[in-house]
Amino acid sequence: MLTRLANPARFMRMSGAVLPLLGIATVLVLAIGLYLALFVAPPDYQQGESVKIMFVHVPAAWMALLVYLIVAAASAVALVWRHPLAEIAAQAAAPLGAAFTLVCLVTGSLWGRPMWGTWWAWDARMTSVLVLFFLYLGYIALVNAFDDMSRGARAGSVLALVGVVNLPIIKFSVDWWNTLHQSESVLRMGGPTIDASMLWPLLVMAVGYLLLFKTLLLIRMRTALNERKARALRLAAPQRRTDPAPSNATPVLR
Amino acid sequence: MSDFQHWAEMGGYAAFVWPAYAVALVVLGGIAAQSWRRYRASLRELDLLQRK
Repeated sequence: MLTRLANPARFMRMSGAVLPLLGIATVLVLAIGLYLALFVAPPDYQQGESVKIMFVHVPAAWMALLVYLIVAAASAVALVWRHPLAEIAAQAAAPLGAAFTLVCLVTGSLWGRPMWGTWWAWDARMTSVLVLFFLYLGYIALVNAFDDMSRGARAGSVLALVGVVNLPIIKFSVDWWNTLHQSESVLRMGGPTIDASMLWPLLVMAVGYLLLFKTLLLIRMRTALNERKARALRLAAPQRRTDPAPSNATPVLR
Repeated sequence: MSDFQHWAEMGGYAAFVWPAYAVALVVLGGIAAQSWRRYRASLRELDLLQRK
């Protein structure tokens, strides 16, 4: 599948066919998720209605980690195999990951204030997610810092791979250190501890976020391919005007 | 108090719940709109260059 998609022309054809369906599915699933989160899910017995923040906060945290993993994997493929689309995929995904991380940080702060009595604490989970946000920003800045696009892409790829070390720190920070943040209640050994009436809206919102990411990733990858093609056409245009007549043209005999 | 008002108050946490949803909408909606606008611009530019 990946090898087949490696051809940019084939990727454009296949993504063009999938994109409208993906867009419709994203809107539908997010609408259902928001309905379940805001109207169906009950208040928590301790946190009351503030638990509604969970439905936008937790899926954003999951996506922040998943997207970074995708950026790092695509960077590795771009570095090792020079896969033509891997570099584009990593660069298209990074701003989306940064957006999910920002949502996670701000909504977490808004949830923390009424529950913990503080907007922010320098505890292991929150600090490591903030580092993840800076890794995304660093990657984006580094990729765009060079005049030579391939050098920027290589430097960004190396940073993305180094930053992978932060992912297990985020995931296990609540187990390794004593933090304000609660321990895992969904993605844990032994199954979720969260009640089904809250788990289902949470999972639907997570699927909605995932579909949104896929839709935007395809759009941004198609944009990058269009921009590269346009750049090639712009560079070729003056050259075409100054090129001598093709060799198969009839020679002018004097 | 109407049912809507009761629901909108979010059990006294409205000042935290609604800004959280607004931030998610603005950030994710913003990057979606920016991605779409740039995609349309890339299509227009490519079309223009291919016509030349």
